[in-house]
Amino acid sequence: MSTSNTTVSTGGLPSRRNTELAMLVFAVLIPVLAYANVGLAKDGSVPAGTLQYGAGLGLMAGVAHLVVRRWAPYADPLMLPIATLLNGMGLVLIWRLDLEPQITTAKLGGAMAPNQLMWSALGVALFLGVLIFLKDHRILQRYTYISMVVALALLISPLFFGEVNGARIWVTIPGVGSLQPGEFAKIVIAVFFAGYLMVKRDALALASRRVLGVYLPRGRDLGPILAIWAVSLMILIFETDLGMSLLFFGIFVVMLYVATERTSWIIFGLLLSVTGAVAVASMNSHVGQRVDNWLNPLALGSNGGVTETAQSMYAFGSGGLFGSGLGQGYSRLIGGIATKSDYILATVGEELGLVGLMAVILLYGLLIQRGMRTALAARDPFGKLLAVGLSGVFAIQVFVVAGGVTGLIPLTGMTMPFLAQGGSSVIANWALIALLLRISDTARRPAPAPAPNTDVEQTQVVRV
Amino acid sequence: MNKPMRRVAVFCGLLILALLVRVNWVQFVQADELQTDANNRRVLIERYAHPRGDIIVEGQPITGSVETDDNDFTYKRTYTDGEMWAPVTGFASLFNTTLLEGIYDSILTGDDDRLFFNRTIDMLTGKDRTGGNIITTLNEDAQRAAFEGLGDKKGAVAAIDPRTGAILALVSTPSYDPSTFTGNTVEDSEAWTALQKENNPDDPMLNRALRETYPPGSTFKVVTSAAALEHGLLDGVDTKTDYPEPFILPDTQDVPLDNLIKGRCEDASLRIALEDSCNTVFAGISNELGNEKMIETAESFGFNEEIFTPVRAVASQYPEDNRPQNAMAGIGQASNRATPLQMAMVAAAIANDGKLMQPYMVDRLDAPNANVIEQTEPEEMSRPLSPENAQALQSAMESVVEDGTAFNAKIDGVKVGGKTGTAQHGENNADIPYAWFISYAMTDNGSPVAVAVVIENGSDDRSEVGGNALAAPIAKDVMEAVLAGQN
Repeated sequence: MSTSNTTVSTGGLPSRRNTELAMLVFAVLIPVLAYANVGLAKDGSVPAGTLQYGAGLGLMAGVAHLVVRRWAPYADPLMLPIATLLNGMGLVLIWRLDLEPQITTAKLGGAMAPNQLMWSALGVALFLGVLIFLKDHRILQRYTYISMVVALALLISPLFFGEVNGARIWVTIPGVGSLQPGEFAKIVIAVFFAGYLMVKRDALALASRRVLGVYLPRGRDLGPILAIWAVSLMILIFETDLGMSLLFFGIFVVMLYVATERTSWIIFGLLLSVTGAVAVASMNSHVGQRVDNWLNPLALGSNGGVTETAQSMYAFGSGGLFGSGLGQGYSRLIGGIATKSDYILATVGEELGLVGLMAVILLYGLLIQRGMRTALAARDPFGKLLAVGLSGVFAIQVFVVAGGVTGLIPLTGMTMPFLAQGGSSVIANWALIALLLRISDTARRPAPAPAPNTDVEQTQVVRV
Repeated sequence: MNKPMRRVAVFCGLLILALLVRVNWVQFVQADELQTDANNRRVLIERYAHPRGDIIVEGQPITGSVETDDNDFTYKRTYTDGEMWAPVTGFASLFNTTLLEGIYDSILTGDDDRLFFNRTIDMLTGKDRTGGNIITTLNEDAQRAAFEGLGDKKGAVAAIDPRTGAILALVSTPSYDPSTFTGNTVEDSEAWTALQKENNPDDPMLNRALRETYPPGSTFKVVTSAAALEHGLLDGVDTKTDYPEPFILPDTQDVPLDNLIKGRCEDASLRIALEDSCNTVFAGISNELGNEKMIETAESFGFNEEIFTPVRAVASQYPEDNRPQNAMAGIGQASNRATPLQMAMVAAAIANDGKLMQPYMVDRLDAPNANVIEQTEPEEMSRPLSPENAQALQSAMESVVEDGTAFNAKIDGVKVGGKTGTAQHGENNADIPYAWFISYAMTDNGSPVAVAVVIENGSDDRSEVGGNALAAPIAKDVMEAVLAGQN
């Protein structure tokens, strides 16, 4: 820990709240212009809801900004604008796809944008709640083992509900809608890992035996973590949610590595993950088919039709460098509800082109790096571990989804944070950003003034 | 903890970098390939996003484009008198694109490189993109006469202007209306399925004028005559020959070949032999010339090769064969086969004093702004006959109409040369014979029209007059239609 404070100067840092405000103006304006653009392309007129949409997004961003200014004044200035911009663009894209009647039938759930707007508002509300009521992230440390129980409960819960599109990742609450508990579990499990590893990291790092040049931790230190990992992996295999298992496993390895500073964990982790992935891919036909689609993205489906994978590749390819322009692409050909959720990046690629897609990926990259920076800057080990865990979860999710949709890796059923349609995802990710902001506020806050030292006055140096 | 944390940060940066490289690969390197992939529906959507250019006959479009309610395909093709023009236009549909529609697809859609300038101007001025037009050589009256003449019968007509090779009529019946399957509805699919050969024994989508070969029967005797004159076997059409009636086929055990009209055929001159359609004389000539020379003459008329008008016509055949078969081929009743277009070319070459012009049906291609992209110039294809021999054969063919079997083709005030044919087919000639007729009309300015008519299921009448009774009146109507347009 001796080097942990070097990136933070002890002097007061500028709060950068005005920077955040200026960035937020762009983050609201860009989606509003995009919204108007869609209307112009589709009907030749600026859509009637432009002002309301702009006002709504502006209001959410404004309130969030004021709350940050009041309750987390030293928080990172870029995270909120980036999240706002991505969420705003996501709403525009979902609304734009709502305009395609073929994928907005009543059977497919009708228009998605109004609900997504509601979920976004709920997400922002949760964001505000976290910032206002969680005064210090270290409070979470007290709930380490409760987090473990909650995470497991969240992970197990979909098993009691039906399978949707070959994966059991949903909890359906009658009258309310369906929930993806995994999205929340990823935050809770990061809290658990951070709390647990903070306590055990010395034991894991130091009390080890050297076997074949690799330091292996003692069984009793490793036991609980391996157990958790195994249980969550088992559940995920039964729920056939490859993306989520990759996410949990990845974050487990990353946090263990950061906590213990032992490279052997990476090797250990990679071995386990490769074994797990191969085993799942060969055992499970759903996953095996995903791998086939990845290897032959343009091959026709078993029914002779063009697969979703191929359709999304065509969408990307047809976008070219500059895209068709918002509202002028044919990403609806992907078909079904997935166009608005899992494959939303295909619409970005086709309508905004390579340029737009790279901009979106860079926005995610920037958000992740701000999270990593927060981890570096944090002064307490729990905060460091939590920040690295949350940023890591975010990074892996972005990579797994974007890589899957663009055909870099096999497709897994996860959603692009903020951009894709899905209530659980947008709510959970706003909470994740709030936690990161809380940690960064603590990290960048000027060190408290030293307590007045009474001795000083009593032993004044007398100048001669 | 900061050292591993920095490494993790770098690793996350690498993940993002991998994504950036990947999207560059997909959207830049692979973009063209994906954009034009056959399964990428955008290709079809774009194809039907604009009205197609038109195919034009005598200044009037015979095609059109209408807007539809379909989600993906904005415009669909329509056809005026679709059944009549289908052997010319072909069709542009979601199932396939054929004939003129297929060959000039890029002109009609406006995609052609030669229309690049037009596209750019349209894009800059914000005009909807349009395709170029195809100006054909066809003659509407002649086409209609042929189509109505064939009526319910199964058959085909091809008519050419012998002086240029311009195709004037191209009809195949039973036909189909391509308008019925150019859309994207269930009815369109059903219409398409119903027209397929396996569902429709009449095979309406077969283009009989260009893509079907028939035994040419007695109409081939004209080619045999040309061979006799060109190879110097006979000095003229009135020179007496030396073939008995009946003629014994060579290399056979006295298999006799007889004539339908008996009496004048023994040792008959070409004129008499054509008038009475003497099998014995032409089998004799073919036998005496031999297979090689007969092939040579047939090929000078265009046999044994595909002909591009630019729509492809299948190759008519005069194959290498043994002596009895070669003798029978001289009367068009062996392994030699011809398309209706080929037989029209035979009549046209004779009518044009021995000079065979390359048949063509596209006069020019126009850009949407009416600039000419491509103009077809008439082109000589070959010279099967010397002018003297051609004129001699003309006089013999005119006798066939005046005094012989083809009296139904007579037109008042115009010289008409013709030849009938009745081609037997089927096992032991069990099927109804094909009725053939080829002819040309001659005016003071040369011959403006040569026609070939074939009727598959004409009549049970097996006499030599089958061609005269059924096919000649159609040829006459076509010739009259063309002649009426000349004045």
